[in-house]
Amino acid sequence: MADPAEAQVVDPGLDESIKKLTPERIAKVINTVLSPQSARLKVYLQTCVRCGLCSEGCHTYLSRDKDPDFSPVAKVKDTVWEMVKRKGKVDGEFIKRAARIAYTQCNGCRRCSMYCPFGIDIAFFIMSVRRICHLLGVVPQYLQDTVNSHAVTMNQMWVQPDEWIDTLMWQEDDARDEVPLTRIPLDKVGAEIMYSVIAPEPKILAQLIANMAIIFKTAGADWTMPSADGWDNSNMAMFSGDFEVMARVERLHWERALQLKVKRLVMGECGHAYRGAVYDGPKWLAWKKPPLPMVHAVEYYYELLKSGKIRIAKKIEEPITVQDPCNIVRGLGLHEKLRWILNELCEDFRDVDPRFEHNYCCAAGGGAINCGPPWKITRMKSIRVKAEQFRATGAHSIVTPCHNCHSGIEDIIGHYDLGMHVVFINELLVKAMERPEA
Amino acid sequence: MYEFARGPLVWVALAGFIAGSLYQLITMLRLAKGEKNILPYMSARYGARSVLRWVVPFSTHNMRIRPLFTVVSFSFHLCLLVTPLFVMGHAVLWQQSWGVSWWSLPSSVADLMTVVVIFGGIFFLLRRATAPEVRNVTTWKDYALLLLVISPFVTGFVAHQQWLPYEATLLLHIVCGALWLIAIPFTRLAHMLYFVFTRSFMGSEFGAVRNARDW
Repeated sequence: MADPAEAQVVDPGLDESIKKLTPERIAKVINTVLSPQSARLKVYLQTCVRCGLCSEGCHTYLSRDKDPDFSPVAKVKDTVWEMVKRKGKVDGEFIKRAARIAYTQCNGCRRCSMYCPFGIDIAFFIMSVRRICHLLGVVPQYLQDTVNSHAVTMNQMWVQPDEWIDTLMWQEDDARDEVPLTRIPLDKVGAEIMYSVIAPEPKILAQLIANMAIIFKTAGADWTMPSADGWDNSNMAMFSGDFEVMARVERLHWERALQLKVKRLVMGECGHAYRGAVYDGPKWLAWKKPPLPMVHAVEYYYELLKSGKIRIAKKIEEPITVQDPCNIVRGLGLHEKLRWILNELCEDFRDVDPRFEHNYCCAAGGGAINCGPPWKITRMKSIRVKAEQFRATGAHSIVTPCHNCHSGIEDIIGHYDLGMHVVFINELLVKAMERPEA
Repeated sequence: MYEFARGPLVWVALAGFIAGSLYQLITMLRLAKGEKNILPYMSARYGARSVLRWVVPFSTHNMRIRPLFTVVSFSFHLCLLVTPLFVMGHAVLWQQSWGVSWWSLPSSVADLMTVVVIFGGIFFLLRRATAPEVRNVTTWKDYALLLLVISPFVTGFVAHQQWLPYEATLLLHIVCGALWLIAIPFTRLAHMLYFVFTRSFMGSEFGAVRNARDW
């Protein structure tokens, strides 16, 4: 029972692009991506017994009153099964519907794989559909624009090289107002840490960089940021299915770190960036592992607080809850460390239910929020359970160490009128920690 | 007719089951070797951890939130696997054909286990027909497969109780059983062969790569 309101959504990236397709091209692309030589495809297709047990894993299904069309298995049935059954002989309208399902109704959060008795990687099917759509040029317009930005500027938000450096200098100035002598060292070869962020930080949330500079300064860290491309660790090409651009972005990011001869990377508070840098990017590049350790901000804060390099002066008093970002919880198991940090930082930390690996995705992840305004209402309808979960905590603020979660939850708060705020950990940390004496 | 069924037909079915299963598993392994992102990430420890979780009733979240399904599903699968191996009628055949003596289930227990399989099958049929998220992805093939799965149990039970002409029912039982065996590697019943592999791959991904739990 697909939502009739959603049939009205106009997205030229899908609606116009399908007009250029020919049946031969569609069949060729489908049969290449859904190759009979794929072990996972073959085994998953034959193993799925259509039991529907994955449904309970999906926030989209749960939020839409258990509409069976939104269960994970239904999304595979309406895309991959049909493509395989018809040997790729499907039309443009079919591809458009498949693209809507793959890009706007599934966040690839992989929660359903924890509900499937066989551990079938349902997100693998969805990503295969996205790969097909990308190769056919049928990608939501806004998402494609961010991918174009990656391809041209090697960052997600068309940030120009001079703007990048200018922003860092401006943030260095701001940070010095807070803690004297704070620096943002650029291109310091041999530093212990290279710090990388996602492009929305310089573009719209620049103060997060100043916060981090203050934290590094207080902790006495030996760190640097690159002045040239490769500073952005985000990767929307990973979600559009453009794995060639995904790999270019990740390779440049790692190469920049290697040029600076750092010992490790610390990354800002973002979920998908970890996934791109450590899992999907290296796999596509045929590296078993990334060349250097990548430390997520949550792990780094944990390290600083645990070792006493950062001390808490005054805990935050207001009631605070948390969003577990999929890519660093189901994707990295950082939920315990995240709780430890929040209990150090807050007087009144209120946990959510479900939590840890069973957290609900924010519905912004997996590139969904980058599909842009046309799809916002769709996204909001798919995440009612998250709004209910937050409302039940009675907290005033929601902490989440992830940019996708952050933006997605701001939308949820507005749409469901929760009257809460979203904050990053580093915003709380700079408020609560002891500052070095001037 | 009966002699043919319990002789060559059973042999063909067994051979088909074994050869088919080997073929499927070897194909899977060959394909997996050809891809660079599967075997290097497999971990014996985390694979086993995941498999163990998922074969113990009520040890995963999804099993706990649907207790009826969990009880039915586990008893169905257990009885389905154990009964054919240890029912007295089959033990006699093992003995006659190969001279191996085999422990066998007391008749009343075997009857009960057979009934569990039949009722489990009926439960799954009803669930398929009524639960919207299951009905939505069900075709006639899924019903047919379920009927095939319980058919040897229904016919075996009827034959044992001698409610219908014995020879004819027994013949039907053997034919159903033969089809059942051959179907395993070539239909969705192959989840029996693949379960350990799909589960341990996901267990390795979650445990060894991503430091998380997959239950």
